[in-house]
Parts: sequence; structure tokens; C-alpha cells
Amino acid sequence: MSTAATTETKPAPAAIEKIKVKVDGREIEVPRLTADWSGKLTPTTMIQACELAQTEVPHYCWHPKLPVVGNCRMCLVEFGTPAMGPDRKPVMNPDGTPKIAKSPRPAISCATPISPGMEIYTKTPAVKQMREGVLESLLINHPLDCPICDQAGECKLQEYSVDYGQSASRFVEAKVHKPKAVDLGPRILLDAERCILCTRCIRFTRDIAGDDALGIINRGSYNTIATFPGLPFDNNYTLNTVDICPVGALTSKDFRFKMRVWFLKETKSVCTSCATGCNILVSSREEVVQRYTPRENDAVNGPWMCDAGRLNYKWIGREDRLKTVLVSGRKSSWTVALNEISDRLKKAPAGSVAMVASARQTNEELWLLSKLKAKLGATSDSIAREGQADNLLVSADKNPNTNGARLTGICFTEIGSNLPAIAGGIASGKIKTLIVFGEDVTKHGLGADLLGRLETLIVSDILPNETTKLAHYVLPGCAHAEKRGSFTSTKGRVQKFMKAVEPPGDARAEWEYLHDLVHHVTGQNGFVTIEGLFNQMAKEVPAFNGLTWAALGDAGVTVQI
Amino acid sequence: MSFTATKELEAEVDELITHYPVKRAASLMVLHAIQEKFGWISSEAVQWTAKKLELQPINVFEILTFYPMLRQQPMGKYQIKVCRTLSCALGGAYELHKHFCDKLGLDAHKHGAQTTKDGKFTVEFVECLASCGTAPVIMCNDAFYEDVSHEEADEILRGANAMVARHGFEP
Repeated sequence: MSTAATTETKPAPAAIEKIKVKVDGREIEVPRLTADWSGKLTPTTMIQACELAQTEVPHYCWHPKLPVVGNCRMCLVEFGTPAMGPDRKPVMNPDGTPKIAKSPRPAISCATPISPGMEIYTKTPAVKQMREGVLESLLINHPLDCPICDQAGECKLQEYSVDYGQSASRFVEAKVHKPKAVDLGPRILLDAERCILCTRCIRFTRDIAGDDALGIINRGSYNTIATFPGLPFDNNYTLNTVDICPVGALTSKDFRFKMRVWFLKETKSVCTSCATGCNILVSSREEVVQRYTPRENDAVNGPWMCDAGRLNYKWIGREDRLKTVLVSGRKSSWTVALNEISDRLKKAPAGSVAMVASARQTNEELWLLSKLKAKLGATSDSIAREGQADNLLVSADKNPNTNGARLTGICFTEIGSNLPAIAGGIASGKIKTLIVFGEDVTKHGLGADLLGRLETLIVSDILPNETTKLAHYVLPGCAHAEKRGSFTSTKGRVQKFMKAVEPPGDARAEWEYLHDLVHHVTGQNGFVTIEGLFNQMAKEVPAFNGLTWAALGDAGVTVQI
Repeated sequence: MSFTATKELEAEVDELITHYPVKRAASLMVLHAIQEKFGWISSEAVQWTAKKLELQPINVFEILTFYPMLRQQPMGKYQIKVCRTLSCALGGAYELHKHFCDKLGLDAHKHGAQTTKDGKFTVEFVECLASCGTAPVIMCNDAFYEDVSHEEADEILRGANAMVARHGFEP
């Protein structure tokens, strides 16, 4: 048995000294040091202490994963520290508590470190007044065009206006007009009038994406975010700036004017574009996927994801999706097709069946296929998808579940090594039945001539291709957003994803009909829910030892691979 | 004059860089050096500067767009800067500015620096030239003029025109 699964990716760090501070009169213990945006331990700031005390401090420019600049002033708070006498000993109140010397001036909580005994006041009339003042100042030149702004509904300006704003503006002068709909790059548009110049986007692209492409030009009344003329903002992480923009200044060309965010249903999911397994939210409305956004998971992707993965959702709603069960090219039903396939598989002599599964399938599906494989004595493999990696999130392995295929025994360390043997087996007539899941094998050495020699070709896929055209049985499957399941990432993190939208037509989740097929062929009865299936798999697959569907949580669990 | 990274410029900039603990700190002085030579700072010049200082072009562009004295397009041979801070504004700076513009066929109400079509003159408002006691004050290139009347303004333009007539100039 392998070692038990853990949720840790790194060894536990050394214990950090705790100090006591008071937030709005409530004493809490906070670590003296906290990891900053780059992971380096730096003195804990007041805003972090307030977060630990579950006291919200409004802020625009501060972001836990970006360097601190302290330019928006929204997080101003009042504070006091224990008073010291001339003897450098704390001055005590008559009741024996330390006397607190309140600072005469407020401080920005994002950039002020805490000290032992410090008291932070976030709810005083002065703090409220400061927040109102900052907000009013930010709104002076803001166009207040919420009715046509994409950010409406997830806008910090709107949210804080509810808390600290006024119903009418006192500003009667002419507003400064700045450029609208500025094309910053292939995926980003900027509305400079909405921008509050918090510089989150500049810091993100400079310090996280490593592409120092943005800056503030024309500093003064007309200051605006810009690229150098002729150098578009075009790296693989640009759309993260839309997420972190606290207002509607940076908008995604893809999502712009497409949907009001409050209509969107958000479903926890995992990106399938590479083996990293970035956690995402699938936003959908009325069974149509509208956008992906990253979902924070510090063990995998932090709060970021790449542009390529984010925009890779349009195929889900493609018109030519496989929607019907086909038997010998004719429309059929699941019952007929599964019964016929089961009969054929049951009669197949050992060694006459091969399967090519996709490393885009879930752990559960691959595990069910491995049960069929064991029963039929089949040869199996999967197909590698290689691409470019980068040094942030993108993996060179473009399959989301290569490790799942390895752990369930569908393929081996070197993915695709069995394909020539399968081709040879078909050519020699030894292999008479081929089961293909989610791959176009005609592109991987099993051409139409070879497939033509098969007695039975069973293909499950989502979109039509050369292999589905040649299949005797076509089983329409589901996109990950249309079913539940789990993937094992390149680092061995097992993560589950939820169903966001209904599949089109007769398409069904692969694990459902694979479960039926396994039942018919092997006689084993299993669980008919994804939870039960996962738990049963975790018992049988050594690497998943000790795992349950429930224990995966939202953030997943790292296993030994 | 369009930008070319001459040997002299290269040497001058290399020397400038040695004055500072980090290369980036030399940005402003390098831009001054380029403007001194070419009269303005082109896109190519910004990119060359960025490369020289191991920066991205946007870092240099931020500085270039902050200072109005750093020119993003070619300016006139004679650049007339009219002070419009308080004392000069009270002392008739706006009238003086309009006088220059009218004489040179420019629109006094347009924002920013304006250059005559022949490239001889640029007229613009600037902030305090530090001679509030002698308002209104102007600068014509590096020459400083105090208590400037409209007649003196005409004289300055005449003098400049005479210099151009004698020596010629490349716009």
C-alpha cells in the first residue's frame, strides 16, 4: 500500500510566534509574520489581522497575492499601541490593564505592521468618515455608468457605495473625460474613465506574469493605464487583470456585454486544458456556459488561471455535438446499444479486445474501463497530448487526467507505448473489438484501413471525428461541465468537479453508461452514484487509499503518484 | 531630426549611467540627453533608452508622458514658454499668450503646446518660471525675459525671424 493521502503539498512550516492584538475591542492572537504575495514571511499587517478577526476592511488596491502599494487609501483605520512611560515600562490604567496611546492619525491597514498589544479600530465615526471621503473622491470623475458596465454586480465601487456612499453626488463641476474602449491587447479592453488607478493590473502583469507591459501614462488629471504604443498587452495571463480589477475598467473582450453577472449560476469545477488542474468556476445561464473564472486554491493555481484555459469552453455548446446513440450509423437507444455491446463483449474471447481511453476522462470512468479491461483481458492505452509549458501554471501535458489514467492502469508511465501493439493486433486479426473513448485514433496510428478490419468498433465521444464516423456503436458523452467526476493533476492532486449544465440530446455522462456496461459484462454490481463510485475506487486503487468523495472537499487532496 | 543612436550619444549615455546606483535612475537624464540632440523623443528613442537601461519601453514612456518639457513630437525652432502661474496670470500672461498666438496664426484656446506650420515657433503656457516680481515672464528657448510687454513680444519674434533669415533652419 502506498502512503496515505494528504492535503499538504509542502512540509509544515516552522511555528511562527503569535502576538495578541485587539480588533474593535476583541482580543485575538495572530501570527507575527504572514506570507506575502511572493510567499516570503513578512510582518503581519493590520488588514491581515482584521481578516483573521473576520472584520472586513474595505480596500481597492490591496490584494493578498500582489505587492502592497497603499495608494487607494480605502483601508484607513485608527489604531493605538500600549503607552510607554519614561522608564520604558508600559503605563497601566487604574484597573491594571495597559494604557493605550491612540495614534493621532489614521494609518492604511494594508501597509502598517501590527505590534503586541496594538488595538485596531475599524468602526469609529472617524474611520467611517474617512471611507466616505475616499469613496467620494474616487467617484468624482467616475462615469457612474453601471447600467451599461460589465462589472456591475461584482464591482467594489458599487459594493462600497452601498456601505459608504451618498445617494447623490455633490460634484457639480465637469468630469474629466478619458479614453473609452481602449484596445490594450487581443483579449482586453480598457475604459480609462472607470479606472481608479489602483495599479493591481500593473503589479499583476509585472510581478506575477513577468511581463512588464502596463504602466500609468500622462500622470496628472488625465492619467491612465496604458501599454507602450505598438506593444499590445498579450501574455497568457492577461484576463486575470479583469478578475482583479476592482471596477469595470478592464473588461474581457470575450465576456463583454454578454451577460449580467447576477444571472450566472456558478459551479465549482476544474480546468481541463492541461494537467495543472486549475480550480475554476463555470458560470452558466440556462444550460449555456458563459465564462470560466479562476477559483482560489493555493495548493494549485492561487487565484489565477491562464487565458488559453479560460477561453477553452466554446466547444461545449457546439452545434455538431454528438447527441444521439448510433448503432451501425442508425439512430438507436441507450438500452439497445448497451445490450448489444454487452452481448458482444461477453462473447469476445480473451485477448481479442483492445481499448484506447482518453486521459481527458475522469478517474471514475477510467477505473470503470479498467474493470472491463480486467474482465476481458484487454490491451489498453491512452494518447498523450504534448504542448508548451510555462513557468507559472501551464503544463506541457495537455491532458487533464494523465495521472488518473496511469493510476487506474489504463496506460503506463510512457503514455501511448501500447498503441503500436494494438495496431499490430488489429492488423494480424488477433484484436477484433476496439473500444475508443474520447480520442480520434485515426490520427494516432490506427487509420481507417485498420479500423475497417475490426468486427466491432465502439466509440464514445463528445464531438464527431474520423473515428466516430467509422464506429459501429457511437455513444454520445458529456463535457466535464455536464457531469461530475474527478481528475488527478500532474502533481497528484485529486480534485472533483461539479455539473454546471445539462448535456445535449441523448448524451449521457460516461460513468453512468460505463457503470451499466461493467454491470452487464462482469456481473459486478457497483455504486450508481458518483460518490459511491469514487469511494469504491479509492478502496481498490492503492494511490487513492484513504480517500472519500466527501474528503476531497472543494480544494482536492494530494496523493502519492 | 529623427533618432539615430550615434556613437557620441551611446558614450554620453554610458557615462550618465555611471552616476547612479541603478541604471533605471538615469532614465530622466538619458531622455534629456536625447532631447538635447534631436529636439524631441521618438518612439524609437524610447525603445532604445529602455534597452539601454534594461527596462521595458512602458517604464520610459511613463516618464516621457509625465513631463511636458519632454517632447513627444518635433517642436518649433523657437519655443516660447509663457508663465501662467498666479503673479504672471494677474500680470497679463493670458493676454501675452494670445498676442503671441495671434501674431503667429495659432489658436490661443487650444490645449497644449502649438507649433506654427513652418516649424519656426512653438507657443505654450508653462508653470512658474520663478520671477514673480517681474510678471509677466517668458522664456524663448533658453533666454529669459521679464516684464514682457506686447511690443517686446513683437521684438522677440522679429529677432528670432531675423536669426532664421540669416542662418536658415531645418524644421
